[in-house]
Amino acid sequence: MPDSLTKFIFGRLTLDSLPLHEPIVVATFAAVALGGIALFGVITYFKLWTYLWREWFTSVDHKKIGIMYMVLGLVMLLRGFSDAIMMRLQQAIAFNGSEGYLNSHHYDQIFTAHGVIMIFFVAMPFVTGLMNFVVPLQIGARDVSFPFLNNFSFWMTVGGAILVMASLFVGEFARTGWLAYPPLSGIGYSPDVGVDYYIWALQVAGVGTTLSGINLICTIIKMRAPGMTMMRMPVFTWTSLCTNVLIVASFPVLTAVLSLLALDRYVGTNFFTNDFGGNPMMYVNLIWIWGHPEVYILILPLFGVFSEVTSTFSGKRLFGYTSMVYATVVITILSYLVWLHHFFTMGSGASVNSFFGITTMIISIPTGAKIFNWLFTMYRGRIRFELPMMWTMAFMLTFTVGGMTGVLLAVPPADFVLHNSLFLIAHFHNVIIGGVLFGLFAGIAYWWPKAFGFKLDPFWGKVSFWCWVVGFWFAFMPLYVLGLMGVTRRMRVFDDPSLQIWFIIAAFGAVLIACGIAAFLIQIYVSIRRREALTDPTGDPWDGRTLEWSTSSPPPAYNFAFTPVVLDNDAWWDMKKAGYSRPLSGFKPIHMPSNTGTGVILAAFSVALGFGLIWYIWWLAALSFVCLIATAIGHTFNYIRDFHIPAAEVTQTEEARTTLLAAQG
Amino acid sequence: MASIATTSGPEPVFHLEEEHAHAEGSSTMLGFWLYLMSDCLIFAMLFAAYGVLGGNYAAGPAPKDLFDLDLVAVNTAMLLFSSITYGFAMLAMDKGRVAATQAWLAVTALFGLAFLSIELYEFSHMIHEGATPQRSAFLSSFFTLVGTHGLHVTFGLVWLVTLMTQVARFGLIEANRRRLMCLSMFWHFLDVVWIGVFTFVYLMGMLR
Repeated sequence: MPDSLTKFIFGRLTLDSLPLHEPIVVATFAAVALGGIALFGVITYFKLWTYLWREWFTSVDHKKIGIMYMVLGLVMLLRGFSDAIMMRLQQAIAFNGSEGYLNSHHYDQIFTAHGVIMIFFVAMPFVTGLMNFVVPLQIGARDVSFPFLNNFSFWMTVGGAILVMASLFVGEFARTGWLAYPPLSGIGYSPDVGVDYYIWALQVAGVGTTLSGINLICTIIKMRAPGMTMMRMPVFTWTSLCTNVLIVASFPVLTAVLSLLALDRYVGTNFFTNDFGGNPMMYVNLIWIWGHPEVYILILPLFGVFSEVTSTFSGKRLFGYTSMVYATVVITILSYLVWLHHFFTMGSGASVNSFFGITTMIISIPTGAKIFNWLFTMYRGRIRFELPMMWTMAFMLTFTVGGMTGVLLAVPPADFVLHNSLFLIAHFHNVIIGGVLFGLFAGIAYWWPKAFGFKLDPFWGKVSFWCWVVGFWFAFMPLYVLGLMGVTRRMRVFDDPSLQIWFIIAAFGAVLIACGIAAFLIQIYVSIRRREALTDPTGDPWDGRTLEWSTSSPPPAYNFAFTPVVLDNDAWWDMKKAGYSRPLSGFKPIHMPSNTGTGVILAAFSVALGFGLIWYIWWLAALSFVCLIATAIGHTFNYIRDFHIPAAEVTQTEEARTTLLAAQG
Repeated sequence: MASIATTSGPEPVFHLEEEHAHAEGSSTMLGFWLYLMSDCLIFAMLFAAYGVLGGNYAAGPAPKDLFDLDLVAVNTAMLLFSSITYGFAMLAMDKGRVAATQAWLAVTALFGLAFLSIELYEFSHMIHEGATPQRSAFLSSFFTLVGTHGLHVTFGLVWLVTLMTQVARFGLIEANRRRLMCLSMFWHFLDVVWIGVFTFVYLMGMLR
């Protein structure tokens, strides 16, 4: 085949692009391929493809989409954590002249992939999944405002994840750090496909995130049950609303700034170059205008989880509901006024730095108010130390430490010393693991029975809890020490042998966290095996307070046979106190959205488009772009997107529940 | 709230017996507004980039050497007229007149097409003179800002043609009215953005 033809068909993709010279990657590929083939075989053997396609992949049911988001987050957590433990091992052994076991080419990709995956494809899907599952149930709605968009958003997120995973085996990932600052990420210093994988994976996933943000805002604004005024919304719904406002008001910034970087790389423009008038620091400013709200996008919904968990397991109404709502809103606004604290050393001058230092410190006030609200909720409460409550307590202790080191870093002179050091790494892991991840585990343990109708096994949950919490402290407290001693981040080898002991302790912590993850997986497996013993037929296993606990577990496709009417905060608690009994007759047909495969197809074309752009396979990019537009337009010609669940089917479902409840006595 | 159970008033009602019909697409307008605002943010970023880089000519051509205000004035007129004619289309839609709606939409499309043609002519003229997007940061940000707007107009045209087809096939049904409303907001939004481009890029550029 002539050279030009090969180039036309494959772009810059050649056999050399496959990382066959990296034994670690080859072994990983073999394991993933074997696992993939086994999974494929099992699904085919049990003839599950039709079921999966009909009931899950094409589903517009917010509960199923939420669960699929959680599965995506969990799978990507395993990938992101593999990266983490590889880094910990490398840093623990690369002393006394040893180069460790990772070359710099590979190591740089690992720390970049770790950050990108953990933020975009672990934390974001987990958070979005939780909001998707819980919010419509909490506000007494039957689905989200735009059910098809919801399915499409999910598959776009998957599309981004697929591109990141592809970079492991075809080509390479960025070696720039997770925010890909130019000029390093420009075409001059990163001529290969790594940064392009980064750009297009995030662009594809970013479309999904933005649309799901719009969707959930509309859902919360428009679809609340009658009587649920804004100040009667559950706190989780409030924090979700604020998070989605942040998503819609910040992800377009990421889209724009990555587009400009892409133009620099593909077209040769001069936005962030060093010559022809470009300005690399503009990239750093713009990306942090997205990046700082992003960390609040991650933590706010978990603040909501902690609020729900604390008041449920203390058996009390949340202390200071109103102040909690205002604190959330204030954090939402302040999160836009602090971005510059990520680069105090830019040289913007004392007055600018002071402004951003002060705004940053002010954020600790509403956050502190929240901590006190939770404490006062627990005060004189009848606390039940179930798993979600344990995670919440661990969060309060751990997160407070992270918050305090954050305030320390907000002081510009201190930041000049500590920036880019392991102290910073310890700080943000302290808040992200201690806040976001602990919150997610609390949320998963709390809402799992709602999603599946049985509780999670408490023993393995506690094993996982202790491994995670102790592992976290072992893994990251040494990094604070190292950071104070001046060790910078992203180092591959070290000269000073006296530092090694700290890295060994940190690696030990990472191993404990690995045990925590393993125990979590065992917990899920054991719980599924023991689901009969752990079953919860009531739909309200924790004596809950909000509307999601008023329906069955798992909820029927239509969530509520009759739309609930809300008279007070903690609507379900209010209903229980008033001696509410659920209606047993008079069911009517329920109007529901129909499933569609368009979301999957659109996302598949987007992945192909991204792949074509990454490898300069222009025909593929053009073809998939045309197909993308054609499919989207074709979809608009389908006007029949809904159906009615017949009254008989509703009656049958509800009677089954009546029987189940009667058996409980 | 134990008091509710003990008060002798009417039993509190905790669910709706009669479902009020959930009009399909009742959130669409709000959702589309939110989308527009997110799009607006993209333009805000591009304006900001132009604001930072717009003076960095890198010893290349400056706005005064490149911009032809008469041409841009004609171009602006095309876009503003297209907004007016879209407005007429919406008035016709409200009266349920299919033919008139379609006619005004077609006129809108022609004005939009004229706008795009003039813009492409302007671009090709500049590139021909060596003022390419690669020449300087000023030109990079200029082409990106104005080009992104042009790209939006292009997608608006594709959308317009799609909707004309759908109106022709299915008439002015509720779903189609809603879609025309969305495109109307999109189209006027692009007009507003263009006012910003015209003022901020072209007029102020001539003063630099």
